[in-house]
Order: sequence, then C-alpha cells, then structure tokens
Amino acid sequence: MSLLDVRDLSVVFQRRGERPFTAVDKVSFTVEPGQTVGLVGESGCGKSVTSLAIMGLLPKRGNKVTGEVLFEGTDLLRLRPDDLRDRRGREISMIFQDPLSSLNPVIPIGIQVAEVLERHQGRDRKQALRESRDLLDAVGIPDPQRRLSEYPHQISGGMRQRALIAIALACKPRLLIADEPTTALDVTIQAQILTLLKQLVDETGTALVMITHDLGVVAGLCDTVNVLYGGKVVERAPRHELFAHARHPYTHGLLNSVPRLDSPRGERLHAIRGSVADNIPWAEGCAFAPRCDNVVDACLEGPPPLEPTAGGGDLRCNNPVSEEVAVR
Amino acid sequence: MLRVIVRRLLQLVVTLMALSALIFIWLRNLPGGPVEALLGERATPERRALLTKALGYDQPILVQYGKFMQRVLTGDFGNSIRTGDPVTEVISRAFPATIELALAAMIIAVGLGVPLGYLAARWRGRALDNLTIAGTLLGISIPIFFLGYLLKDVFTQNIHWFPPSGRLTTGLDNTNVTGFFVLDGLLTREFDASADALWHLILPAVTLATIPLAVIVRITRASVLDVLNEDYVRTAEAKGLRHRTIRGRHILRNALLPVVTTIGLQTGALLSGAVLTEKVYNWGGLGTLITDSISGGRDYPVLQAIILLAALVFVVVNLLVDLSYAFIDPRVRVR
Amino acid sequence: MSDPTTQAGTPAPRSGDDKPRPGMSERSIGLLGDRKKARLDELAQASASDRGGISLVRDAARRLRRNPVAIVGATIVALFVLMAIFAPLIAPHDPVQRFDELTKNLTVDTIPGSSSEFPFGSDPLGRDFLSRMIYGARQTLFVGVLATLIGLALGVLIGAIAGAFGGWVDVVLMRLTDVMLALPSLLLAITLVALASRSSQWTVIFAVAIVSVPIFARLLRGSMLAQRESDHVLAARALGVKERNIVLRHMLPNSLTAVIVQATLTFAVAILDAAALSFLGLGDPDINRAEWGLMLGVDGQRYFEVRPELAYYPALAIIVVALGFTLLGEAMREAIDPKNRR
Repeated sequence: MSLLDVRDLSVVFQRRGERPFTAVDKVSFTVEPGQTVGLVGESGCGKSVTSLAIMGLLPKRGNKVTGEVLFEGTDLLRLRPDDLRDRRGREISMIFQDPLSSLNPVIPIGIQVAEVLERHQGRDRKQALRESRDLLDAVGIPDPQRRLSEYPHQISGGMRQRALIAIALACKPRLLIADEPTTALDVTIQAQILTLLKQLVDETGTALVMITHDLGVVAGLCDTVNVLYGGKVVERAPRHELFAHARHPYTHGLLNSVPRLDSPRGERLHAIRGSVADNIPWAEGCAFAPRCDNVVDACLEGPPPLEPTAGGGDLRCNNPVSEEVAVR
Repeated sequence: MLRVIVRRLLQLVVTLMALSALIFIWLRNLPGGPVEALLGERATPERRALLTKALGYDQPILVQYGKFMQRVLTGDFGNSIRTGDPVTEVISRAFPATIELALAAMIIAVGLGVPLGYLAARWRGRALDNLTIAGTLLGISIPIFFLGYLLKDVFTQNIHWFPPSGRLTTGLDNTNVTGFFVLDGLLTREFDASADALWHLILPAVTLATIPLAVIVRITRASVLDVLNEDYVRTAEAKGLRHRTIRGRHILRNALLPVVTTIGLQTGALLSGAVLTEKVYNWGGLGTLITDSISGGRDYPVLQAIILLAALVFVVVNLLVDLSYAFIDPRVRVR
Repeated sequence: MSDPTTQAGTPAPRSGDDKPRPGMSERSIGLLGDRKKARLDELAQASASDRGGISLVRDAARRLRRNPVAIVGATIVALFVLMAIFAPLIAPHDPVQRFDELTKNLTVDTIPGSSSEFPFGSDPLGRDFLSRMIYGARQTLFVGVLATLIGLALGVLIGAIAGAFGGWVDVVLMRLTDVMLALPSLLLAITLVALASRSSQWTVIFAVAIVSVPIFARLLRGSMLAQRESDHVLAARALGVKERNIVLRHMLPNSLTAVIVQATLTFAVAILDAAALSFLGLGDPDINRAEWGLMLGVDGQRYFEVRPELAYYPALAIIVVALGFTLLGEAMREAIDPKNRR
C-alpha cells in the first residue's frame, strides 16, 4: 500500500457571481514510504492547491473538493475535521513558501515549536521546550537555547525556514509536504535548506512531496516527478527518465528554458511561448495547445488521455517530443 | 525604553501647556468676554470695571497667564463663580462618577465588542455578520442622547427594570471612600449599596457604550479578517493545533493589537458621550458639571479645569496604550 | 460623540515585520492619538499611492456603482438634498406660522396629534410639525454642509501649507492639530460654543467645523507628503515647474480624493454633533428655525413625555441621513482603497 494515494483529486473554486474555476482537475499520483516526489509546474498550475487540498487547508467555503486522498488507506477528504486535525502536524506536515509570514510574529519561536509537541505528544510546556531546543539544534540553528525566546523578526530568513522545518518534523511525520520551501530565500541559503531537507527525510524515513517550479530542486531531490499543467498531470516519470527523455512538449520546454553553463555560446534560450492565460479548457482539447510547438489537429479535439510510457512513467500528449535531452 | 517614556511625558506636558494657553487666551479675548457673560449685556460700565478688576482681567494677558499657571501648579484652579467652592473640590466630587460610568461603558464595549467582531469575521457574509454590521452603522448614526431617552422610556417607564436616574436610590446611605459607588459598597461591605449603585449604572453605561461598542466591533472584525488571511494562521492549522489554541494564541493575539489602540482613542468618545449621557440620566459627574457650568452663567474657572482634565485623561490613556504596545507586541520592543 | 467614522475603518494591514508600528517608532513620537494620526496618514497614503488621474477616479466610480451599499447611501443623500431644495413645494404649510386650530388645543400636557390637515400634528407652539420636518431638511443640510465646508477649508489650508512646505512650518502646524486632537471632539465643540458669550446658529456651525479641522489637515498633509517624493512630482520639479504650480496643479488635486471621502463622513458627524449641542442648550436660540438637531435636542427632549413623536421624527430623520452619508462615505473609501482594486 502506498503511503499517499491521490486519486482523481479535483478542486473547483466557485465564487458567487463568477464562473467556476477548476484549479485541480482529476489529479492522481502516489507517494511510497520514504520516497521523494516532485510536483512541478508554473504558478497557477494547481500544485499548491493540490497540497492544500491534501492537508484539508482550503477555505471552508467557495470551493468543492472531489476524489480521494488515501493516506495509509484512509481517505483524508472524508475524515471528520477533528480526526484530520489530529493527524495534521503529527502524521502529515507541511512547510510553506514564505517563512516570515508563516510564523506568528508575536509568539516566541520556542512556543511555536513546542505547541506541536504539546498538542500531539502530550508534553508539558517545560518538556516541550527542551525538545524544541534539540529540534532547533538538529535543523542547524545556532545557539538554540537563546532562539527559543526570540521572535521571528529577530532571526534571519534562512533560520526562519529552518525553524519551520523543525516544527514540521517535530512529531516525526510519515509525510512532509514542502510548498516552494526555498523560493523566498537567498540563492545561497536555498541550497543549504534543500540539503538539510534531504538529510532529514533520509534520516527519519519521512516521505517528501516537493512542490516547486524549479527543475533544479527536482533534479537534486526527487525520485519521481509529476509535471502539472492547467490542473492536470501531463507527464510523470522517474527523475532520470524525465531529465533524459522528457516527452511532453511542456516538460521539454521547461528543461530547455533553464540556462545552462555548458550550452554553446550564442545559443538562444528556449522560452515557452505565451503564458498560462492562453490556456484553453481541457474539455476542448489540450490546455497547452496554444503554446505548444508540436500541436496537431487531435490536440483540439478533446483532452488527451494519460497513458503509460515505455520508460515507466505516464504521458498526456498526442504528439510527444522524441529528441533526447541531455542529462544535466 | 525609559528614554521614550520620558520624552513622551515631556511632550505630554508641552501639549497641556499649549492647550491651557490657548484656552486661557481665547477666554479672555472673546467678544464680550467672561465679564459680559457673567453680568449680562446690560450691566453698567461701573459694575463691569469692578468685576474686571476683581477677576484680575485688567492686567496684561501674559501676567494673567503666568499667575494662572503659578496657581495651577500648586493645584489651585480658583473658585467656581457659580457656587464659590474651590474648583478642585468641585471637580474631585464629580470626577469619580464619570470615571465609574466611562469604565463601565468601556467594559461593556470591549466585553461585547470583541466577541461580536470576532464572530462576525468568522461568519463573514452570513446573517450574523450582516446584522452586526447593520447594528454598528446604526450605532454610530444614532444621537446617543436620543438613544438614552429611548432606553429610559422603555426600561424605566414601560417595564420597570431599572431606575430612571441618579447614582443611588434616594434615602440609601452609602459610605464614600473612593467615589466609585459600586466599589465603595464592596469595600465597606455595604453590599446593598453596591448592588443598588450597579443597578443604577447599567442603563447609562449601556447608552454610553454604544459608539465605542460599534467602533470596537468594526475594528475587531476588520482586524480578524486580516489575520485570518495571514500565513501563520494556515501554519497553525497545518500543525493540527486545537481550534481553541488557534483562536486564542494565533488569531486573537494578533487581531487585538489594533483594538487596543482603538480603546485608547475611544476615551475621547467616552468623555464626549458622558456629557450627553449624564444629562439624560441625571448622573452627577463631570458631564453634569459642564452642563451646569454653562447653563447657570458660564462658570469659566470650572469649565477651563474640566477641559484641561479631559485632555489630560485622553493624553495619558493614549500614552499608556502606546506604552503597553511595548509589552504586547514584540516587534515594537526592539525599536 | 467623537468622530467614530474616522476610526471605524479597517485597521492597517500588518504585513511583515519591517513596517514600523506607529506607537513607538522614531517618527511619530507624537503625543496623542498616535494611532488616530497614523490611520489618517495611512488613508492619505492610500489615496496617493498610485495615481492614474482620471482613470483612477473612473475606476473607483465604476466600483461604486456596483456596490449596493453605495447605492443605498447615495439614494438617501439624494432624497435628502431634494427634500431640502424643494421644501417649499413639498411642505403643506408655512413652517413658522402658528395655527389657531392647533394653538387652541395646546395645554401643559397635550400637544395636538395627527389630523387630516396636519398629518404629523402640532409642535409645542402650534405650528405644523410635518412642514417643519420638511423644512428641517433644509436647515440641517445648511448646518451640515457649512460646518463640513468650513472645517474642510481650514483643514485643507493648514494641511496643504504643512504638506507643501514641510520643515518647521509642518512641525508647528502639526503640533497645533495634535493639541486639537487631544480634546474629545464634542468637548471641544462645547468649549467653543460655551466660550462664545452668546450662542447662535453660527457658533454651532463654527464649533462643529473646528472639530473636523485637524482631521482634514492631517489627512491632506499625509497625502501631500507621500506625493512629495513621488515620481510625477519629482519629474515636474526636474522639468522646472514652479513649486507653487507643482503644489496647486499636481499635489493638491491628487490629495483631494481622500479629503472628499472624509468630508462625506464628516457630514454625518456634523449633524449629530449639532444635535448634541442643541440638546445641551448650546444650540441655535432662534425658535423659528426648523432644524432637526434643534427640534430633537430642544422640543424633543422637553416634551418627550407629552408627545414623543416630537423626538422620534427628527431623530429618525437624523439617523437615516447620518446613515446615508456614512454608507456613501464608507463605500467611497472602500472604492478608492488600492487594496480593493481589481
């Protein structure tokens, strides 16, 4: 049994007086224990909404979530809110993009770590704070004893994200969802945080869902990668397979748009044309069709199905790319 | 920290000085001036001259102000023109009554306003929210003295739940310790007097609470709505914290910061409203004193002192609010 | 009855940690009502923050038209103004004429009620109450508008001078407004009227106006200061436009949006404060004048036991009109708030 088995997850936003918007469209993927899985795509592709839906953190009103999110066989979407609350932070944790705004500005760091332990492990304040100090130490925060009583604005951005990681891993969850954990950080800090995450999930055997738009992050971390476009998975492949043989024109475009040091001088960067705003609804064809170089007639005659590929992945494309992309 | 406090206190003194000078000068340069106000327009020039001299108004304005300040610093605001009693005595008799009323109103406004504002925000767009917003709009649009009469009419004439006016039932004897009748009753173990005072306090306090209540509800609601959208609330949810913890530690703790400020600012509304409320319920406080000082011949020494006192209260309360920020908001502390 | 409307808005969005709290930061070591000032400055900046000139106004107008709150507010205001203008046409009688058929029935504890000739009955002097209510719109509008305009004019003058010159002029003028803000608004108005030896309609208007001066001044100054550093003002200066022209042609017009919104809200406070002054016996002594605040504050109070309608009708009229202006003002403020732009 997979640790996490997401089946046909859809999220439709419906605001009064506005047309419903399908942010996530029958997304399915699995995460095995200890595995690291990437959800990759541009902003607006539905990757963050997917993660919030899994966690049950979408607003109570204005959206409709369908499908199944099986966590060790239990459908989280059908769990009573209190039961889900018991699991959040204990069995499944999440870290967010902006470490500053994700921490409560008027509560000391120590309490913000300790309260998870108090809630889920039944520790008293004193014991929880002692363990919090060790946790801060484990995520590489210097002088952890002092940090316990400091406030988020008093420590650096990198340290804040480390603190959030400490919070997320405090109860040794089986699954950690990281939503763009390095985007808001300095480039030099990004690598440190990724290394730390990798090291921690390896040590604890925690499975990791890595949500990112940055293929560099995926390359260094993920076992399997799901590429999302317009709310649907368009390509899924093991990491090496993806980087070696990206089949979907969108994935291909993403890989080609990364500047590389070893590319010949004068070679132009391949940007993907247009923007997500150009998408057509999946019901009418492939959402990526207006931006696609490989577009064929079939692309405008209904959504292409997601089909298994020879490389052990899945692909949703009528006219995939055949040329090889060199492994980075 | 200490330096900030000292600086703020100095500025407070400067403000009050400026205010006193403005009022002082204004008072003595008005058409007619206090003498005419006291004697009426048809007084003989001799009588005017006599009174002008008696009040010291024939001296240069700076000399007058200097003398005035000298006396003020020794706690002497002169004597009431109306009754002849020392102004400080007149005021200290009325001051506790107004503070008792204002405090009771503030307790009602905060105690009711914060939960209502929070609930309205949590149920945004629902019936409770719309009802609350409508109520606050009505609250700030209704002349509160009219509301006072309305409440008085309903609760003292139609259904006799509350006494119509005063601070105590006549004939009931209470021992005066602090001037806060409810507290006095408790201190002297005259519990019947305390209960009676509380019974008298409720309607005026509710009336006076209207505007601060409306404002606090709106600020709380807006502030909670802001905080609900904050990432750290999402983080708290992601931690699986109990609803209680999220509400208290993560939402209200942050959302109440602007509310604390509002409480300070509402001191002004309370003092203004007290003048009206006290007249409706015949509550013997500063408001009544102001009304009496105006209608019974303009009692300038008393008026002047009350105005300065009101400004002092407002400025001090807001200073305390600002200083309290240092303790409730860590981001202020470092600055 | 201070100015609840200025305080009742949404508080500052508190984003990040780098935004100084107004309370203790270096700049606003001011004395009093720091938050009140901060809020005003903030509103001012909101209106100055991005300026697309006409398109901005049009944009706000479009949002207003779609907002039911604005429509209700505007309708109330429009009906009120129409009633004020056409009072002589609508009113069945002369508002100051005493009618024999009414006066003969006046006693200590009876005031004639509704009849077919006089639908609202009589006032305590045997005049037609309905006509006085209708004419009351006129006087109320007059008092409210004048008080607001005087307050606005003085406030704008002080604020514009402070904002345009900066430096010590700014410091002195702003300290002056601080002193005024330190007094509870109604108390300030009471003081002003009480200190005048005789009250008249003009002392009321003036007192109510003065109360709003510091609010307007702060608002305008904040907005102008925000603009001093803005690109289009810098550009104008770089092009050699005279300082006077920059202030008059560029800075002032852009700052006026927030001021106009505040004026709408001030109107509601003005008629409420005018009523409060009448109630305290500091109002207009002219018994012929039909003004709602006066009617409520004097006759309404005095004859509440005898004929409560004398209080109910003017009170209702004041509430509805104050509500109308508040709704319109709040909706306008929401419309120009960049946070709500879509």
